[in-house]
Parts: sequence; structure tokens; C-alpha cells
Amino acid sequence: MNLPRMLLLLLTISITSSFQMQFMLLFSRQGKLRLQKWYVPLSDKEKKKITRELVQTVLARKPKMCSFLEWRDLKIVYKRYASLYFCCAIEDQDNELITLEIIHRYVELLDKYFGSVCELDIIFNFEKAYFILDEFLLGGEAQETSKKNVLKAIEQADLLQEDTKVSFSPSFLMVWSRNAAEVRDSCGGSEQASWVKTAFLLLVSTERKFWITLNKDMLRKIKMQAPL
Amino acid sequence: MPAPIRLRELIRTIRTARTQAEEREMIQKECAAIRSSFREEDNTYRCRNVAKLLYMHMLGYPAHFGQLECLKLIASQKFTDKRIGYLGAMLLLDERQDVHLLMTNCIKNDLNHSTQYVQGLALCTLGCMGSSEMCRDLAGEVEKLLKTSNSYLRKKAALCAVHVIRKVPELMEMFLPATKNLLSEKNHGVLHTSVVLLTEMCERSPDMLAHFRKLVPQLVRILKNLIMSGYSPEHDVSGISDPFLQVRILRLLRILGKGDDDSSEAMNDILAQVATNTETSKNVGNAILYETVLTIMDIKSESGLRVLAINILGRFLLNNDKNIRYVALTSLLKTVQTDHNAVQRHRSTIVDCLKDLDVSIKRRAMELSFALVNGNNIRGMMKELLYFLDSCDPEFKADCASGVFLAAEKYAPSKRWHIDTIMRVLTTAGSYVRDDSVPNLIQLITNSVEMHAYTVQRLYKALLDDISQQPLVQVASWCIGEYGDLLISGQCEEEEPIQVTEDEVLDVLEGLLVSNLSSPVTRGYSLTAIMKLSTRFSSVNRIKKVVSIYGSSIDVELQQRAVEYNALFKKYDHMRPALLERMPIMEKTASNGPTEIVQTNGEAEPSVVEPKHPPPVGQPASQGNDLLDLLGGNDVPVIPTTMPTKPASAGGELLDLLGDLSLGLSLMAFYLFDLFKTVNFLSTGIPPMTAYNKNGLKIDFTFERANPNPNVAVITIHASNSTEADMTDFVFQAAVPKTFQLQLLSPSSNVVPALNQGTVTQVIRVLNQQKQQLRMRIKLTYIHKGSAVQDLAEVNNFPPQSWQ
Repeated sequence: MNLPRMLLLLLTISITSSFQMQFMLLFSRQGKLRLQKWYVPLSDKEKKKITRELVQTVLARKPKMCSFLEWRDLKIVYKRYASLYFCCAIEDQDNELITLEIIHRYVELLDKYFGSVCELDIIFNFEKAYFILDEFLLGGEAQETSKKNVLKAIEQADLLQEDTKVSFSPSFLMVWSRNAAEVRDSCGGSEQASWVKTAFLLLVSTERKFWITLNKDMLRKIKMQAPL
Repeated sequence: MPAPIRLRELIRTIRTARTQAEEREMIQKECAAIRSSFREEDNTYRCRNVAKLLYMHMLGYPAHFGQLECLKLIASQKFTDKRIGYLGAMLLLDERQDVHLLMTNCIKNDLNHSTQYVQGLALCTLGCMGSSEMCRDLAGEVEKLLKTSNSYLRKKAALCAVHVIRKVPELMEMFLPATKNLLSEKNHGVLHTSVVLLTEMCERSPDMLAHFRKLVPQLVRILKNLIMSGYSPEHDVSGISDPFLQVRILRLLRILGKGDDDSSEAMNDILAQVATNTETSKNVGNAILYETVLTIMDIKSESGLRVLAINILGRFLLNNDKNIRYVALTSLLKTVQTDHNAVQRHRSTIVDCLKDLDVSIKRRAMELSFALVNGNNIRGMMKELLYFLDSCDPEFKADCASGVFLAAEKYAPSKRWHIDTIMRVLTTAGSYVRDDSVPNLIQLITNSVEMHAYTVQRLYKALLDDISQQPLVQVASWCIGEYGDLLISGQCEEEEPIQVTEDEVLDVLEGLLVSNLSSPVTRGYSLTAIMKLSTRFSSVNRIKKVVSIYGSSIDVELQQRAVEYNALFKKYDHMRPALLERMPIMEKTASNGPTEIVQTNGEAEPSVVEPKHPPPVGQPASQGNDLLDLLGGNDVPVIPTTMPTKPASAGGELLDLLGDLSLGLSLMAFYLFDLFKTVNFLSTGIPPMTAYNKNGLKIDFTFERANPNPNVAVITIHASNSTEADMTDFVFQAAVPKTFQLQLLSPSSNVVPALNQGTVTQVIRVLNQQKQQLRMRIKLTYIHKGSAVQDLAEVNNFPPQSWQ
């Protein structure tokens, strides 16, 4: 390893203040990065390097080991949920146990939002995962300790986003018809596909006000597919 | 132009790629499409394109060309565009100024937007990646939002303020008025972020800390409400009310109570309450307890409370959850200095953690175990730690070994135990110990005179068992070289003496020379040991043979040494016994400088490094001046040599160079070689002369002429002492007129033995370009029978051959 470079890197990390999450990474068991949030300014190259190194280190650990490891001058707190690793870098004086709770809270939020979340949800809706994270943490600190409030904020912001889409109705419906097929293909599950179908029919036959009152889960599935 | 493919479609397509190359190709194609779409300033699909770019960015592909597009999205009126734009900005932008200027304006507009979610996005982005310039420009807006009644914005503004303060600490004062009512807020989000903000301010400024101390009662009340209030579904985490807020408050209390009696007093009760009332079956509860313990240890808490805290950690150590055990060890390590005895009570549990399967826990337990070692428990603790050393992963061995060395040095109950312990480390983890452990052990052995026979015997046995552990082999070679006679005589009292013959010992050492397990350094040690044995054993011929064989070794280092030793046999056989004498006891210097470590490197050639008893010369510099005066004015400067001007450190300097072992050895060899060269090229025929003979001290000069440069005269002084008492702290200094150049090498010793029992030799090299008649002033200082003697003399009667 190029020593001066590494020293530089250490410096950049350590000049930041005492209690702060430095970054959060989500990656799969295969080592694929699924989400990255950096709360300290680092160059792309450094970020990549850190990510590579950490993913390797964490994946090499055995399942029965504790969730903490010391890495450079930081502490890494990680936890595996199904096929995904959630990994946070905190500083020396930080409370590792509460960081685990923060990770857990984020997972709960994802779970509530997507409805029993899986890795695929996060892959295909990574921007949503970011939005949720940004509604929960800001600058590496928790901004809201109530799950309900976070989800409420996200849902309302989502609705704002839908507003813009609903406004151009004909093409929107065109988009939807294609979308239904997509969802059926990607999810494969007949149940979800039929949801979308129902939603689609409802959409065609009713006005916007009505579908706001739709079954929440169903609505969420529709919303997820809408904008991009 | 057709609509670009959708984000989900792209993700799906990319996921079908079977090889990296295939993926790269897909992405390149898509990137090209996105670029051209960007060029066409396509507003409809910009959002979608940036989102796709963000996905590719996560896969590790370059996406910087989307940076400006992010800014355009942020400036758009659509919420979807803004949302993706801000997300892209947070992911793609670094702290580059040109982009930030544009961004500052966008954020400023959005901070004043009518929709709170747009304002929220702007705050979030600023709080995540705002540069110091941005913070300066936007701090006013943040402060305004911190004062709104809208809790959604207020909590974000508070954390944004934290970021601003981190970036530009001098802006802190600006937020002071806004902090006034923060703690009376009911909303937990605002409360939590406010506590974070207050913490940040207190940490950064002592003034703020003093100012906010008055908030302690209020914080205590909030905390009390949290733990006393019943179940509130909104903030409950497995039966505990808002642990995030509790932890934050505890942390702020820690900072406020640190070093302040009144504040500490005010929070004692609530800390005790939290410590006793918190449910510990789940991780959350332990998170709070952990924070409480840290607070108790940091503030000026009552002793009862501190014991309670340590006992909580003791309970943690027994917890089934590895994470809890880990934090227990970490925090015990922090408190071990202040509450040593309390921690000491949990020693056996801590030692048990050494057997944990988890490396993180093992490491902590090891560190803590070393911290707990003291004079009373050293034997027991060391047994555990040595056992740990045997069985632990390679990554621990180096740290563990040096920990054992340190602890043994500090608390060793006896010298024998000390030597045994170090040898045990060298035999089990020899290849992991640091380089300096070899010289350290050698020094330790040298200084334990009564243990020499025992040690050499143990080391010899160890060598018979295993020659793969290089440090052990090096120490063993050195000791056999030094104390080979003790090994043969078998006069060991400590243990059953072993019967070995000289040939057997030499067999072992020669085995080291040829073994391919031996490193070059080890071979050097071994060759030197063999050489030393030439004065301790009778089988000199065998040794001569070995030495001469290595005169043609392909290892330059070894060859050089062998050649030097060969020369010693052939030309300077009379000097050999003195040169290869047993090393004197090495004193530890007071300063823990590098010399302390390297003194023991003297194994290479005693004659060079022996002068390590610094002569107590008061002011070497002024002495030089004396000489200068003596020789009359400024035409006779004192020649700068290492010896006369800095007699005390000459040896030290040489030794300093030896700090690095391998470098040291080669230098030493070089030095020796140089010495021999000058000696070798002598043109005999210059008669010796007596330069000084007074008070029983006689100084003879012998001359040689260095062949490559006939202008250099090499003068060897031989000081002898005919009185009945040794002359100690002997320093010889010389000065010559300006037309000459003089170099004084280190003396062989600073003690001139009584009754002509030995001589001190020192080499002077004089460069005489103009072939003038040689003149020299010499100055002699020494201590004789307790009184300091100083004398000056002029030497004019040099034989003409020495300078012509």
C-alpha cells in the first residue's frame, strides 16, 4: 500500500469531530455495493478503496463473531440482515451498541416502507432507500427517533412526486400499461402482479382522490413503479 | 429521439450481464445515450438519466459527467427532479468550488421554498456535503429555520447547524440565541437533534460548555421523564422509551459533568437511577447502560456509583452476547488506569475472554490482560498470556510478544524468570518478535552475570531442538560465542549440567552457517560467535578453517567479515584475545533513546564498540578551545573529529547508526574493513616513537602509510600505564597545524590498565598534502587514583619517514 496516501486518508478521516457516523455502506453477501452514504468529504478514489477493503474484511468474518471491528482509527459496526450487510463507521468514543440500534431502525424503516423488504427491493429502488435514509439520518446523526414520523414524511414526499406524474394523464396511462407487464416480469409473484393490475384498472376508472384511499400496501407498490 | 429506457429496465438489463466485460459494454452504451441526451438539454428525461447514472456510479463506473445535470435538476420546479437532483448532488459532487457556487444559490432558494419537503431536501444536502464556503453563505438561513415552529424543519436545521459548526467553528455564536428554547420542545426529533447540537457546541468551545452547564437540571428532568413515563408506542424500542434520545442526553451530561463538581453532583441520582432501572435483556438496554457507565466514569461521580459502573461492566463480561462482552472489555480498558483495583476484581473473567473465538474480543482481552499485570500477579498472568501466545492467531503474536517483554521487564520477580520468559517467547513466537528484542535480550543476559552459564546452556539446548526461529538462534549464537567456555566447563548450578565438547558446539554453529533456514543476519551472528570461540576454545585451527572458507562466501556481508577475521588471525594475532574479550556489562542509559537498544549490537567487534563508558568530560567544546589556544592563534584549528570534541558520544554515535540491525552490521563491517585496510597497507620501516612518558603514562606512536594516498599518515597510539592503579576515563586528544588534516578514530577503551597489563590503542590519520614536517599537540585527561589528571604536550620529533 502506498504509505503517504494512506496517511493522508487517515488524516482526512480523523480531522472530523468526535461523535459522528462517518459513512454507511450496504453490500450483498457477494460483495456488491447496494448503497453508500458518506458523511465525510472523501475523493471517489478513496471511497472506492475504503469500500473494497471493508467489504473484504467484513465478508471474511465468521457469522459468530461480534459486530464490531477496529479498522484504521475507526470502529466498524456491521450487521447482516438476510443477504445484506449494513455497515457503519463510527469514531472511537461512539457507542457501538446504539449504532446497532440505528442500523436496526433503518432496516425496520425499509421493511415497513417496502413491505417485508428484500435485497431486490433495494436494488431496484435504491433511490427510495436513499430517501428513507436521508429522512432518518442527517449528517451522520439521527434526526428522528419515531418510526412513524419518518415514514409519514417519506409517504408525503412520495405523493408530491406523484402529483407531477398524474398531471399528464394520457401518457401516464401508457406508461402504466407497460409498467404492469414489467412488474409482473420482475416480481414473478402472481399476487403482486394482480395488485398492479387491480390498481391499474382502478386508476383508469377513477380519479386521483380515490386511489389515495387505496390499500396502503397496494399503493406503495404502485408508487414505487411510477416516476422513473 | 425515442424515450430512453427506464431506470428499472436498465437495472434489469445490467443484471442479466454474465461477465464483467458484458456489463461494461452495456454501461458504455447507456452512458453514450445519456451523454447525448444531456447534450440535447432534454428536460423531460434528465431526471431518469441522472437516476440511471447514480446506479452505474454505485456499480463503480464513472459518473462525474452528471454533476452539472444534478444542479439543473435541483433548479427545476418539479419535486421529482429536485429529489433526484439533490440525491445526485450528495452522491456525485465533491467539495469542488465552481459547482458549489451554483449550488449555494439553488439551496438558498430552496431553503425559502414554500413546501417543507423541498426545504427538507435542501437542509439534508447542506448538512451532508456543504463545504465551508457554502456553510458560511447559508448559515443565516439555517439559523432562521432553527427558530421555526415547524418541527420537521427544525430538527433538520439543528443537525444542519451541527454540520455548519463542524465546518466553520467560528459561526457557532450565531446559533446561540436559537438554542434557548430547544430543550422545551416536546417533539423527540427536535429534542434529539437539539441535544446533538448542544453537544457539538460544548465540545468545541469551553465558553459554551460553561454557558450550558445551567441546562443540567433540565436535561436530568427530560431523562427522568423518559425512564419514568409509561409505554409510549411512538418511541418505544423493546420496552425502552426512546433509547436514542436517552443515549444522547447521557452523552451531553458526560461532557457537562466532566471536571465540574456541581454538575456532577446534580446528575448523580439520575445516573444511579438509569443504571439500576434499565432493562438489560435486550441490546437497547445495554446500549443505554453502556453510555451510563461511560458517563459515570468520566464525570466526578461518587465512588459508590463508580463501583456500580464497573460492576455493570463485569456483568457485561458474562453476557452471552459477544457485542456486549466486547464493549465491556473496551470500556474496562479505558477505566483500568483510574479504577485499577475495581477492574482487577474481574481479572479471571477477562483472562477467560482470551479464549474467546472472536478476534475482536481476543484482542481487547489481551490488551486488558496486559494492563492488569502487576508485581503480584505476574507469574499467573504470564502463564495465561504465554499460553495465549502459543495458541493465538499469527496476527496477535507480535503484539502479544512485545507485551510480554514489556511486562516482564517491568515486573519480573527474578532474573531467571525473566530470561526464561523471554526465551519461551522466542521459542514459541520467535519469528514474530520485533527486531529490537534480540539486542534487548542479549543485554539482559549480559547483565545477569550469575545466569550466564545457565542461560548459555538453555540456549544451546534450544538450538539443538530448533534452528528455525531466527531471533532465538541469533541470541543463542551470541551467547555461545560469549560464554562458550562456560558451556564446555558445564558448571551450571541451576540445572543438570550438560556434557558437550568443543567440536559439538562448533558443529552446531557451523550448522547454522550452512542451514538454509538461517537468515543472512543469523549467519553473521554465527560466524562472529565462531570467531569469538577462537579465544575460548582450543580448537583454533578448525575455526581458522571455517573463517577462511567464508572468505569466499557469495554473501558479501559474510565474506567481508570472514576476510576481516582472517586478517585478525594472520596479521594481528597478538591483538585477537583483547579484541575478542568478553563484553563488559552494559549499562542502561537513562534516556530511552535508541542507543539503549543498540548498545547490545556490539557483538560484531568488541574493539570498536567497547568505549561505551562515556568519559566524564565536562565541556568538550571548551577543551577543544584550550588546545586551540595552545597551538597558538588561529593558524592551528582543532581538527574536527568525532573523538576529541565529543568523546562521550563517539561510541554512542556509532551505535546510533546500528539502530537498524542489518544496517548496523554492514556499517560495523565497513568500519572494520576500513580499519584493517589502513592497517594492512602499511609500509613498514617507519620506526616507532615515544610521544609522551610522564607519571607512569607512556604513549607510543607507531606509523603506517596508507597506500592509496601516500599523503596520509596513519598513526596508532598505544597508551600504557606502569603505575599500580588503573587510569580511567582516559581521553586522548590531538591537534595539528592548519596545513594538516587530522582524523581521530575511536579508542579501544578508556581505561588504561595498571602495571602495563594492556594498552589502549587509538588510530589517528593525518593528511599531509604539502609534506611538511609533522607537529602535533596532544592533550591527555584521565582519572588516576581518584584524582583527575590533565596534561598537554607537544610532539615534534616525528621520524621523517612518517611525513616525507
